[in-house]
Amino acid sequence: MDPTIAAILTLDGVGNGAIYALLALATVLLFAVTRVIFIPQGEFVAFGALTFAMLQQGNPIGSLWQRYGDLPGTLWLLAVTALVAAAIDATRAWRQGQPARAWREAATTLALPLLLVLVCAFMQPRSWPMAAQVLLTLAIVTPLGPLVYRLAYQRLADASVLVLLIVSVGVHFALTGLGLLFFGAEAFRNPPFWDARFSIGALSLSGQAIIILGCSAALIVLLWLFFERTLRGKALRATAVNRTGARLMGISPASAGRLSFTMAAFMGALSGLLIGPSTSVYYDSGFLIGLKGFVAAVFAGLASYPLAALGALGVGVIESFASYGASAFKEVIVFTTILPILLWRSLRDPHHEDE
Amino acid sequence: MAESGTVQLMFSPAVLQAGKDNWAFRLPQGNAVMAHAVIEHMKKQGIKTVGFLGYTDAYGETWLNDFRAESAKLGGPQITVVERFARPDTSVTGQALKLVAANPDAILIVASGSGAAMPHKGVIERGYEGKIYQTHAAATRDLMRIGGKDVEGAFVVSGPALVPEQLPDGHPSKKVAQDFVNKYEKAYGAGSRNQFAGHAYDAIIVLDKVVPIAKAKAKPGTPEFRAALRDAIEGMGRTVLAHGVLTYSKDNHWGFTIETPVMLKVVNGDWKIEPSTM
Repeated sequence: MDPTIAAILTLDGVGNGAIYALLALATVLLFAVTRVIFIPQGEFVAFGALTFAMLQQGNPIGSLWQRYGDLPGTLWLLAVTALVAAAIDATRAWRQGQPARAWREAATTLALPLLLVLVCAFMQPRSWPMAAQVLLTLAIVTPLGPLVYRLAYQRLADASVLVLLIVSVGVHFALTGLGLLFFGAEAFRNPPFWDARFSIGALSLSGQAIIILGCSAALIVLLWLFFERTLRGKALRATAVNRTGARLMGISPASAGRLSFTMAAFMGALSGLLIGPSTSVYYDSGFLIGLKGFVAAVFAGLASYPLAALGALGVGVIESFASYGASAFKEVIVFTTILPILLWRSLRDPHHEDE
Repeated sequence: MAESGTVQLMFSPAVLQAGKDNWAFRLPQGNAVMAHAVIEHMKKQGIKTVGFLGYTDAYGETWLNDFRAESAKLGGPQITVVERFARPDTSVTGQALKLVAANPDAILIVASGSGAAMPHKGVIERGYEGKIYQTHAAATRDLMRIGGKDVEGAFVVSGPALVPEQLPDGHPSKKVAQDFVNKYEKAYGAGSRNQFAGHAYDAIIVLDKVVPIAKAKAKPGTPEFRAALRDAIEGMGRTVLAHGVLTYSKDNHWGFTIETPVMLKVVNGDWKIEPSTM
């Protein structure tokens, strides 16, 4: 292996690692705030990429594939889950003898999904610019996060980590199955946001890779600002440190959970938009990508954001070199790296039962 | 299947252990018969070395083994470098670098459906300029839908069901293949034809032929009828399908003959039959 090849592989690995970093940060955030090990994180990636692909198909230019030309299924998933969540919340408020609150809660839960359905139905036959489709995709997938939390986890907020993990497995299978139903078994590849290529010697860097790196870096800085500078960010941190203590200080664990799931779904959908143009995305592609983010999060002990980002870059680079050195064993090599890390972590921080 | 004595018409070219396929008949073309056509085509193109980029699963493995075996038999090209990837992989940069560095005369990509486009784009992006071959699992429009201009000029081996219009008049499958395409595209729209739907059509042809024979021997619903069905399939002789010519026998449940494969080339986002394979 000469230095040029090593440089190309490193660059490729860092590009993939930037995506894993976003997912690793989301995993750490969710675990810290809600103690949920969120396996379906990758599903948001696939949903993001494929929802965008569906919106693209609505273009008159893309109408060759008319059978794909319908509205994305994620939109209907959003509408249905919002209806169920609104019904549950409203019934409870009604039973408590607060009909006014029941209507208000139902209206706030349903407003955004209904608005999105209308906007999409209006936009689909017209060809809106790509930027509008990107925003719509984020607007469709991001609210799925808090709704998944509301329906699957909120009532179990005080359950053990193991129970929450098992719920995650269930949510993962449900979302993957729905993905197959919505998007079909074949893959999609989105058009590039920036079709440029830059060459430095034998190295070539695509505009898409620059966008990925730039977006990931920007999001990491924004997250840091959010946690350090805003009251809501500090409230999330407080919940992560001590749920009961935070609650005594007037921070609602349910709203902290919703906020963290919103952020996780946003990061997932954004990752999906970012990788969509550089690879083929299937309805089930998210799982492996999310799992690699999870390996990076484990590297950080599910606690430290900077370590998680570093671990993610490491996973990306290891993966890249493994696919050059021994492509048949690539995944084996990537997932085996978790063993020494687990060993090191358990030696460094002995396990203590303080659940 | 073997225990209950039920005939199975398989829609995947799976390799089963000896004795396990007594009741199973494969409708897709086996990899060996397709590899035969690929190797003959490569020999005519003067290709001496081949790089292999295939799935880490059974489909990739059987293609690798069958290609090597057939090539040794026919005095065809050598596989000089073997690289693997999995369907959900997001990039093949590492594999592509190795393939391009080895610079074989041609690259054989073994993948299915829309999964065949990503590795294809991957080796092109790394500057590979030789010929690229795809297998019959990639013979769907998804290859062009995702691959775009990067898959231009690719050679894709397939059954004749994809291109009845371009088959020469003497081709055995021309009429049947045209009938399949007419009926299928009437139901699912122009351009919807694909390798896989052809197999379902062919299953009906096989059943049309063997069920009356078995019915004459035994009553449907009995084990005797199922056994008669199997014997009828094994003894049905040369049968022309949309996807080629099939002859099953007691020892051969793969069936397709070397008349079957055609070599397609991607030209302007459409299939174009390669005359040298006819």
